[in-house]
Amino acid sequence: MTVPMKRRTLLLAGTASIGALAAPSAFSQAAPFKIGLILPMTGQQASTGRQIEAAAKLYMAQNGDTVAGRKVQLILKDDTSLPDMTKRLAQELIVNDKVGVLAGMGITPSALAVAPLATQSKTPLVVMAAATSIITEASPFIVRTSFTLPQASVALADWAPKNGIQSVVSLVSDYGPGIDAEKFFNDRFKLNGGKVVEALRVPLRNPDFAPFLQKVRDLKPDALFVFVPSGAGAAVMKQFVERGMDKAGIKLIGTGDVTDDDQLNGMGEGALGVVTAHHYSTAHPSAMNKRFVEAFEKANPGMRPNFMAMGGYDGMRVIYEALKTSKGQGGQALLDGMKGQTFESPRGNVYIDAQTRDIVQNIYLRKVERKDGQLYNVEFDVIKDVKDPGKTKK
Amino acid sequence: MLTILFDGIAYGMLLFILAVGLAVTMGLMNFINLAHGAFAMMGGYITVLLMQRAGVPFIVCLPLAFIGTALLGAVLERTLYRPLYHRPHLDQVLFSIGLVFMAVAAVDYFVGSSQQLIQLPEWLSGRTEIGTGAWTLGMGHYRIFIIVVCAALTVGLQFILSSTRFGSRLRASVDDQRVAAGLGIDVNRVFLATFAVGSGLAGLGGALGAEVLGMDPQFALKFMTYFLIVVAVGGTSSITGPLLAALLLGIADVAGKYYIPKMGPFIVYSLMIAILIWRPQGLFVRRGGK
Repeated sequence: MTVPMKRRTLLLAGTASIGALAAPSAFSQAAPFKIGLILPMTGQQASTGRQIEAAAKLYMAQNGDTVAGRKVQLILKDDTSLPDMTKRLAQELIVNDKVGVLAGMGITPSALAVAPLATQSKTPLVVMAAATSIITEASPFIVRTSFTLPQASVALADWAPKNGIQSVVSLVSDYGPGIDAEKFFNDRFKLNGGKVVEALRVPLRNPDFAPFLQKVRDLKPDALFVFVPSGAGAAVMKQFVERGMDKAGIKLIGTGDVTDDDQLNGMGEGALGVVTAHHYSTAHPSAMNKRFVEAFEKANPGMRPNFMAMGGYDGMRVIYEALKTSKGQGGQALLDGMKGQTFESPRGNVYIDAQTRDIVQNIYLRKVERKDGQLYNVEFDVIKDVKDPGKTKK
Repeated sequence: MLTILFDGIAYGMLLFILAVGLAVTMGLMNFINLAHGAFAMMGGYITVLLMQRAGVPFIVCLPLAFIGTALLGAVLERTLYRPLYHRPHLDQVLFSIGLVFMAVAAVDYFVGSSQQLIQLPEWLSGRTEIGTGAWTLGMGHYRIFIIVVCAALTVGLQFILSSTRFGSRLRASVDDQRVAAGLGIDVNRVFLATFAVGSGLAGLGGALGAEVLGMDPQFALKFMTYFLIVVAVGGTSSITGPLLAALLLGIADVAGKYYIPKMGPFIVYSLMIAILIWRPQGLFVRRGGK
């Protein structure tokens, strides 16, 4: 027993001394500070990548590319949503490009694949999209600027019973975030005295929602709770209306992924009146958000910033400010600079919890309405400073 | 319950239109064309773009999707496919899968990767319900439309293949190219026309499916398995085989997801395995056929 223990301490001492040796080179002010941004730029989740890239570039354009005396350089890599690819790219970025921070992560499996690398190389990893609760627990170097699904689901489960919804059927995509959404929504809804008639899981690559929706229609709940990854929401919405479910008295509620701002306009009349809970809407009424949306749309004509863009924009902000406090250093000092940041974001006031490294933010309840001929998620209620319920439970 | 059956039939019919072109090229011309889904995607995007950007009515888009894809099919047949007719199947598979990847990347580059949505005209977006209780039959108008179009196409194709001069020429060319050519049949032209029509049908299927299945650059890959299942199970020697196979798969898929949601897509694949163990040549193949 003692021998391996000794070996481990030796190893630890070894890595520590290597760290100490490597440290001085990081001080050299002339070297640029590199941000390795890994995103799905092609494939199914490509809209996530495009949004985050656009937002990150916007932040750099607005705030200059020199922080604490170091030039900031963004290295963008496309992982096409394949976790093994994400891991390989992260390794290359750490070893070859010597990036000071990793960022991006379109889907949960990508973030989890990179987590061990972040720990071993002591490189902070800023998760800008992936939203399963456990991600920040996978490595002490992960900081998240997007949201967690339990945050949005629990808020909605609190709102629903107070607004005449006594029974629900939940319909989620069968993977990490979907199961998070199902679990947290259903548990909280039951706690609030509601009844969950059935919990349906849809395969992630599902060509036709018809049979699942027909099942919901026959079960006749007060409302259907939906989580599908952003992009698939439109299909659900269309078939929901086509099946006459709104006329059968079933309401559609969900996390904001379903009424993704990026696609909302194309969803048509059927989307009107859908209630969702989320942390960001393009229509958020604040002066800061108005400026953000204006600048974003000017830099990217025909594109509307959605919650993914928000994660990217705030992620860059967190990196910039942390660089200022760490005086241009990377590693642990940079991570410490990220923890505990409190600032106003276009989505409202947010806070990076120093213990969980997860974002604490307002969750808004929104209803789809028509404004100036376009569809928007219009906020009508807010729950302030929601911590990730996945962690407060423990 | 009837609603489930109806949805299953509509879904099956859609699969059939998408796959029938593949059955024609694979069964009649003996060419394995995995790029079939790319032609379907092309038809879908023609519809989506015409409707979104030019405001062309949906019903006009359908024939345009057919013609546009058929023309593209003809051009590609003449330039790329013809030299590969006499190559081994592996070459054909590699070549056509390469085409798929190029198509996916091209669409992604030119149109963008997000899901494209279309708005159906008013008269297609309603829903009719008959009966009550367990025997309620709810029919989306668009699904009725799909079934009608597909049924008409099936009858038409069957008629062309079995009772017209072109049909007999095609069958002759497939059975023995040299003899057919010796009898004065222009084999190249027959194959060109067949390939174009097969691609056109895929394009039409894509156009019809844009509403139900969604249209994004991954379409060509996402549904490739489904096309192949339909053709493998139905056999490639007739039109009725793939039709019945598509209906069977459509109904099994929809009913399976309704009654045992946990099994999800598993049912289709287990059904395929069972059928292929039972009849490796496909369900509806006449003995002794080529």
